[in-house]
Amino acid sequence: MSLVDVKDLTVEFGSLRAVDGLSFRLEQGGALALVGESGSGKSTVASALLGLHRGTGARVGGSVEVAGTDVEQASDEELRRLRGGKAAMVFQDPLSSLDPYYAIGDQIAEVYRVHARVSRRAARARAVEVLERVGIPDAPRRSRSRPHEFSGGMRQRALIAMALACEPALLIADEPTTALDVTVQAQILDLLHTLREETGLGLLLVTHDVGVAAESVDEVLVMRHGRAVEHGPVGTVLGAPGETYTRDLLAAVPRVDARRAAVGEAGEPGEVVLEATDLRREFGRGKKAFTAVDGVSLTIRRGETLGVVGESGSGKTTLGRMLVGLLEPTAGEIKPGGGVRPDVQMVFQDPVSSLNPRRSVGESIADPLRARGERDETRIRGRVTELLERVGLEGAHYDRYPHEFSGGQRQRVGIARALAADPRVIVCDEPVSALDVTTQAQVVALLGELQRELGLALVFVAHDLAVVRQVSDRVAVMRHGRIVESGPADEVYDNPQDPYTQQLLAAVPALDPEVAARRRAARRELAAA
Amino acid sequence: MSEALVAVETPGAVVPGVSGARQFWRRLRAQRAAMVAAGVVALLVLVALAAPLLTALEGQDPNTYHSSLVDSARGGVPIGSLGGIGGDHWLGVEPQTGRDLFARLVYGARVSLGVALAATIVQVLIGVVVGVSAALGTRWVDQLLSRFTDVIVALPLMIMSLALLAIVPSSFPRPVLVALVIGLIGWGTIAKIVRAQTLTLKQLDYVAAARLSGWGTWRIARRELLPGIAAPIITYAALLVPSNISAEAALSFLGVGVKPPTPSWGQMLTAADIWYQAAPQYLLLPAGALFVTVLALTVLGDGVRSALDPRAASRLRVGTGRKREAKA
Amino acid sequence: MTGFLLRRALGAVVTLLAISVIVYVVFFVTPGNVAQITCGPRCSPEQVHQVAQQLRLDDPLYVRYWHFLEGLVAGQDYSTGTSVEHCSAPCLGLSYQSDQQVTQLILTKLPVSLSLVFGAMVLWLILGVGTGVLSAWRRGRLSERLLTGVTLAGVATPVFVIGLVLMIVVCGQLQLLPFPQYVKFTDDPEQWAWNLLLPWLSLALIEAAAFARLTRASMLETLAEDHIRTFRAYGVGERSVIGRHALRGAIAPVIALNANNFGSAVGGAVLTETLFGLPGIGQELVHAVNVVDLPVVVGMVLVIGFFVVLANAVADVLYAVADRRVVLA
Repeated sequence: MSLVDVKDLTVEFGSLRAVDGLSFRLEQGGALALVGESGSGKSTVASALLGLHRGTGARVGGSVEVAGTDVEQASDEELRRLRGGKAAMVFQDPLSSLDPYYAIGDQIAEVYRVHARVSRRAARARAVEVLERVGIPDAPRRSRSRPHEFSGGMRQRALIAMALACEPALLIADEPTTALDVTVQAQILDLLHTLREETGLGLLLVTHDVGVAAESVDEVLVMRHGRAVEHGPVGTVLGAPGETYTRDLLAAVPRVDARRAAVGEAGEPGEVVLEATDLRREFGRGKKAFTAVDGVSLTIRRGETLGVVGESGSGKTTLGRMLVGLLEPTAGEIKPGGGVRPDVQMVFQDPVSSLNPRRSVGESIADPLRARGERDETRIRGRVTELLERVGLEGAHYDRYPHEFSGGQRQRVGIARALAADPRVIVCDEPVSALDVTTQAQVVALLGELQRELGLALVFVAHDLAVVRQVSDRVAVMRHGRIVESGPADEVYDNPQDPYTQQLLAAVPALDPEVAARRRAARRELAAA
Repeated sequence: MSEALVAVETPGAVVPGVSGARQFWRRLRAQRAAMVAAGVVALLVLVALAAPLLTALEGQDPNTYHSSLVDSARGGVPIGSLGGIGGDHWLGVEPQTGRDLFARLVYGARVSLGVALAATIVQVLIGVVVGVSAALGTRWVDQLLSRFTDVIVALPLMIMSLALLAIVPSSFPRPVLVALVIGLIGWGTIAKIVRAQTLTLKQLDYVAAARLSGWGTWRIARRELLPGIAAPIITYAALLVPSNISAEAALSFLGVGVKPPTPSWGQMLTAADIWYQAAPQYLLLPAGALFVTVLALTVLGDGVRSALDPRAASRLRVGTGRKREAKA
Repeated sequence: MTGFLLRRALGAVVTLLAISVIVYVVFFVTPGNVAQITCGPRCSPEQVHQVAQQLRLDDPLYVRYWHFLEGLVAGQDYSTGTSVEHCSAPCLGLSYQSDQQVTQLILTKLPVSLSLVFGAMVLWLILGVGTGVLSAWRRGRLSERLLTGVTLAGVATPVFVIGLVLMIVVCGQLQLLPFPQYVKFTDDPEQWAWNLLLPWLSLALIEAAAFARLTRASMLETLAEDHIRTFRAYGVGERSVIGRHALRGAIAPVIALNANNFGSAVGGAVLTETLFGLPGIGQELVHAVNVVDLPVVVGMVLVIGFFVVLANAVADVLYAVADRRVVLA
């Protein structure tokens, strides 16, 4: 008997068919990844395995059997025994997935007592045991903490501990590492791997990240528009994909070990357009004061891209905001090269909040023109149309509103708005991290084109090491508000000097499962040493 | 270009702006209770506006005494069945004075709605100015205005209006005064809401982008922020109107609101409890009118709220299967 | 925690001082001649002058306010024609009408109002939160629709209409209870409760409706959160999901609302007292307002403000304890 047997599964929300005739099996102890971009229906499948669509108004067709339970036909009682008892789920955002008001140990104990007839005290002891199992140090004491007192990685460990409490046969992990930094992601993926080796747990992993899949599973199922595109062993699907979509998807994934494709004539670096010396920025006062950026110096030259890479809390966003003048530095100075006006613009991370939902995109793009005193409406319209076309949209989109655009298109609008001010430097703050990989590749390509054409200097701030390598001439690695290493991109990536950079690069998931296995072994050694 | 133009539902409140207005109407119309309430409110407004016309149709006015219609021997009980209801006096007459109840009721609607609306406008104006100034001002301005708002919120509306109304000379037009007093004391909560919302919006990237475009604070407040706080303002204002109606009625009930001979529902109730057996409609009419008005306005306010911010409602319907897609 | 409490207490004191300034300024810088108003329309010019002197109306405002504060902290002596009366701290002045000390007056009326408001509060919290939990639990069913309708009607009914109807139906028509008359708790607790039952109900029903709506809304809000999905996905039953997790998330907003509504409830108490003829602060205040007895009005507004500020401060502390995510700062 298979651990999971899905036959011809269909899930509809109103008129939207999220999953459309999907079938797959997962054997005991096996590991399968559902890989797809947003809207592919992968998470909907995961929810269907636990019958979570019951009572929500979603229409579910086909059959789903998990650990011998027919999920569609099961009584509420049988379903409850399945949930957590035979199959347990780990969610994306570990903070919001735990009740903020109760201690973590109590929450695990509560779940355990649903499935095991034991005393409160025994359940509490079990909670401490599984917390220790997932590597929470000082588990008896930490089990009394509430979720907000844990770090992101610890919370995800705690959720995994909750999943382990009842010794399920199947673990469903829905984007378990998406909200985490890359080094923490590697730890969680390693933990999942160890648990599988030791307990024979089956794993169903839902992810948008091909690298995460390559690190963790034996089999991959690529999904698109609710259907299976390609299904097979991980090495085959990722190594020699049979379908065009899979090939496109893989081609779009930025690789941390590939040199940047040669861009036109290499040429001499241009003149300095922006120079920052010894920037500091502090937030808060008194006991709560902390230094977000602590003594950073940079020079940015015409026509080059400086990549700034770092994990959350490294101060990279604060640095970007100081460069464009949205934040005043506490100390240090920013000066334009050659004494010219420092026309620095910004492209923002979140395509939803970076455009005013109540103004047409044309009006948003026209803002810098109007602010400069341009009054001639036909000239404004002409220029905006030109910009829209330049970023790959249509001039007729002038009067459309942001909600009519997809995330990638909104990011293009944001780029057009930045260009409208005729800047010499554009600071891009995580410009592609909210986008799917194929869209990501298109936006990155557009930025490169514009740079060559207009001789722009770009500061590309991001957490994704591979994307940064893809676009940057020079790279600065940030940690705790300081630049720990900087230099030409290829030097930093191929021959990192700083231990932190080495650690970061070692944590990036590899697309090749064999490389991934070697890296994991290397990480274990590093951790043991 | 491979991306299709997909309409993506933006999370958060939608504001009756250029594209939001139609959505707002569609959502409002979808709620049956709110539409019924809107109908009732429209009818009430119409009655209030047409009060002179309606009373002329009846052939009565609210202030003429009809001593012949009350039995002075029995303490002023209206003569005739059901408190004197008949062709001349559609809803009977007031005990003791014999004034026409229908006329007093429809003129009372004018006072009730007019005072409540005027008070709401005052509350919203002060609340928006104070809230926006606090959110956009320097630390000190914010501290000062926020503390002041706290103090205003701490003042019990009823008590303060009661006290204020006592000291202003009676030469001041009473309904205007009641509206002013309710307005001047009741703006605290809306100021807090506006401040919080403005602070949230101020953090958004599109405001940063507007700053980078070179616009000044005033222009940003007007073009980027005000449209964004319109939704909570409208929502809260819609719920302020019924509470202001209750406040006016309560003050008039206590004898410090609108003074006789101006008719007011609250005032009519003051004397009604002694007459409930002899002339029950004297109690039931103003009580019913108040109940229906406040209920209709509250239901409408609820409807406006869920039409402007459908998030909570829609999230509930989606249930547990909804996924959150990859974000950094 | 201690620092938080201290800061909160200091904030409350500052707010109270600000209220006293506002109230004092508003009431003693009224349009028209205060002395004339105080003395009444039939006073001779000499009498008006005498009143003006007694009220120190010739002093600048800040001096008068300072005297007022002094009286609050240290007490004050008043000459009432021939004799000198000492008004000990906290002195709120003397009534223009009866020459009675305002503090004394308030002290005699306070127990009535406190009995009314706190009794009603117990009732509205139980009724309101109970109804809210019930309708979140039965959401989507007929019983929930009924509850929603009833609470909506409750919200829409002014206190004095509920009170009036209750009084007429229960005391007048059905004669189940006598018309309420205040009996001191210390005299006869049973009669105290029976007589306050209707006032409690009429004050509590409208507040309970507001709480029911808030509790329901905030429980539904919590039910839509991710962590609820977690517990459902682990087979935790609906009873525990609602009774343990959703309710816990809904408590903090309920506490906040209770503080916010305390002021309006006090206003409702004035109406209730007037309606049922309970000799509390509210009734006295209405009386003082009608006869323009300014010291009494100011004193009572300040005392009521004190209780509202106190309620807010207590609620803040409770809120911080209930919502452990709030940083005590």
